[in-house]
Amino acid sequence: MSLELRDIRKYFGSVHANDGVSLKVEAGSLHGLLGENGAGKSTLMKVLSGFIDADSGDVLLDGEVVEMASPRDAVSAGIGMLHQDPLVFLPFSVLDNFLLASPGRADRGAAARELKRLSSTFGFAFDPDAPARSLTVGERQQLEIVRLLWLGAKVLILDEPTTGISASQQALLFETLRTLAAQGMIVIFVSHKLEEVEALCNRVTVMRRGQAVGEVPLPAPVERLVELMFGRAVEIAERTPGHPGAVALELTGIDAEDRLTSLDGLSLTIRRGEVIGLAGLEGSGQRTLLRTCAGLIAPSAGTIRLGETDLTSRGYHERRDAGIHYVPAGRLEEGLIQGVSITEHFLLCGTQKGAVIDWSQARSAAEAKIGEHSIVGTTESSAESLSGGNQQRLLLAMMPDDIEVLLMEHPTRGLDIASGDWVWTKLLQRVARGAAIVFSSADLDELLRYSDRIVVFFAGRVFKILEARETSPDRLAHLIGGRDQP
Amino acid sequence: MIDRRPSLRFGTGSRMLAVLLALGFTSLLIVVAGASPIESFRLLWEGSVGTSDKLANTLMTWVPLVLASAGLVVTFSAGLWNIGVEGQIVMGAVAASWVAREVHVGTPTIITVALLAGLVGGLLWGLLAGALRVYGRVNEIFGGLGLDFVATGFVVYLVIGPWKRAGIASTSGTDPFPREAWLPTIGNKLAPIAVILAVLAVVGVYLLMRGTYFGLRLKAVGANPASAFIVGIRTHRYLLAAMAIGGALAGVAGTIQAIGFQHKLVPAISGGYGFLGILVVLLAAYRAALIAPIAFFFVMISVGSSQLSLRLGLDSSIGGVIQGSLVLIAILVGGWQVQQRARRRSDPAAES
Repeated sequence: MSLELRDIRKYFGSVHANDGVSLKVEAGSLHGLLGENGAGKSTLMKVLSGFIDADSGDVLLDGEVVEMASPRDAVSAGIGMLHQDPLVFLPFSVLDNFLLASPGRADRGAAARELKRLSSTFGFAFDPDAPARSLTVGERQQLEIVRLLWLGAKVLILDEPTTGISASQQALLFETLRTLAAQGMIVIFVSHKLEEVEALCNRVTVMRRGQAVGEVPLPAPVERLVELMFGRAVEIAERTPGHPGAVALELTGIDAEDRLTSLDGLSLTIRRGEVIGLAGLEGSGQRTLLRTCAGLIAPSAGTIRLGETDLTSRGYHERRDAGIHYVPAGRLEEGLIQGVSITEHFLLCGTQKGAVIDWSQARSAAEAKIGEHSIVGTTESSAESLSGGNQQRLLLAMMPDDIEVLLMEHPTRGLDIASGDWVWTKLLQRVARGAAIVFSSADLDELLRYSDRIVVFFAGRVFKILEARETSPDRLAHLIGGRDQP
Repeated sequence: MIDRRPSLRFGTGSRMLAVLLALGFTSLLIVVAGASPIESFRLLWEGSVGTSDKLANTLMTWVPLVLASAGLVVTFSAGLWNIGVEGQIVMGAVAASWVAREVHVGTPTIITVALLAGLVGGLLWGLLAGALRVYGRVNEIFGGLGLDFVATGFVVYLVIGPWKRAGIASTSGTDPFPREAWLPTIGNKLAPIAVILAVLAVVGVYLLMRGTYFGLRLKAVGANPASAFIVGIRTHRYLLAAMAIGGALAGVAGTIQAIGFQHKLVPAISGGYGFLGILVVLLAAYRAALIAPIAFFFVMISVGSSQLSLRLGLDSSIGGVIQGSLVLIAILVGGWQVQQRARRRSDPAAES
């Protein structure tokens, strides 16, 4: 048996979520699919499991094209998907959940025996009459696995399955997957966690910017994998050193927590005219630091000062007024407003003159900014009608001139090279005028090219703080992968 | 955060299409019920605007509907489904009734004070639903619905309890207010002050949403609260302000009902104009300029449909059927258009 994806393309407006992805997996393999958030893994797996329709491209099982209009078609073709949040109906009993999608009339007695038989094969233990609500996340996963197997799955896709399960359940899950692969099944393991893919899989495909950028047999050197995920860094011959000035933002002994990440007694002094890059696998704590600085996460200990002012107890809007500006990664989710025009965006973030809007003046001011920032769009264009690059230009154009600290997530994610360069030209102009920039990135080249210092996060914590000019791409890749050697 | 409100950006074309489809649908219903559609629509017209007396009646029904709808434009634009509008009308009416019953001075003063009291009554009731949403994380739909029941219960308590008619407690209402507290009328029914207030409300909300920073920010909060917050808008203040404005206008609607139409407090003082207003605003796609004509059309149907039962033996609920199917079909047509647009966007061949 073999599974093949041929030239899968899926575009959402101007976003190329999958841009011609091809992938072939043979029976009996444990295949990893690795990539940062937004790399296109989930879209690809949703296409493979019939949740969304690809714009073009084919899914082939044993060389035959599979037509999939819905997840049901995928299941009957033998492709089963285990979602990050297991699709379990909590008020129903374990057995009812097991029976839920069975085709035809279900014989409860036979089903209960099958459930028992399949469970015992893998060392799972279920009480068929217990409500699913009483199961842990790991047990819900186990239930899903046996259910999909009972429905005849030959391909099992697992999307970030280790989130929220215990270490022993993870060990059992990995053991189960190894057994299934040994029986000739295809297991596709989707993750952004390097060490899990390394521990489980025998091959890995790395995705980046909607494309499969490499397929590597495992084990492989960690820096090779990080490089595929984060892109190759060009050795920079000459790097203009920054001219850090007075202290801009000072963090002292900060403790803060968000989801599974935490800052423990972090002290960091950020100077005017300095650029700090935050490196690490997605969800390692970069966002926690940015949001703590922005005032969106309250630290449980420590102080945050901007120049002479203590901002620790001030909220987001007060910090914004003081000159700390935060630009999250989700441009249309946490930055721009759908259905609101470019002119209106400038009005929303600009200084208010009186209560009544002078529309003709607002339009000509917007016109000027559109020209100045080379935005492809008109004063009346809505935010969602712009391409990703132009949305980013609009966000930059909306920033006031007197920002002291700019906190930015993934400044160039999803942008083409020209737009990315343009963004950094604008950002560096601000740095030259004395602003400090703290940015997160999943791009080695961007981190090494623009940062003065790099804060590396690993496993939810600050792992290392480095001088960028003394750091080689290899060393940075090692650190991002959680390996440290002198 | 992804916008969870349904999109209501349909154009004039689809609105006309919806009207035609709804007329076709109701004509069919009338035929099935054994009457002539043309005769029915003629009677609707005659029954609502046929004589000056009927026109006055229609206008006085139009006023509270327009006031409530204008307030709903503000809350809906801020992304708040203000189902509590009925309760806000009721509390406005209660506050105005208290003034009308207890304050004994000249007409101009009583009316001014009653209008202000009604405004404040509705405003506070709206603000309460807003505070539950902002500080208590109670969805405004459930909070509003709960407060509707509380307000309705309260008015029934007043009517059969402390404010009951001398000697008898009856749900038919309180004693009529003293004459000084009635809105002055031209002829029998038409109170020019009420009509002027309704027109002012529409114009005011139109200008607020179209031309002010406040209105723009409100729209931004409604379209995407997360982005609006990041852009620098103190979203909570705007949510509360929207509920206050919506409640205040509903409160004025209740006041008009009490001192301009019923001249007493009755349990059904809201007249259902809050819920009907929701339909009007949905059909107007939150646009203030469309409120006045759409509300008038709705009122014509409501008022005129009594003729249908008198003359053709149809049940007068046919009016509600026309109104409901109109909105339903308009939303369906709008949704269908959104789907078409999305399909065109996701088709890569259509992009090039």
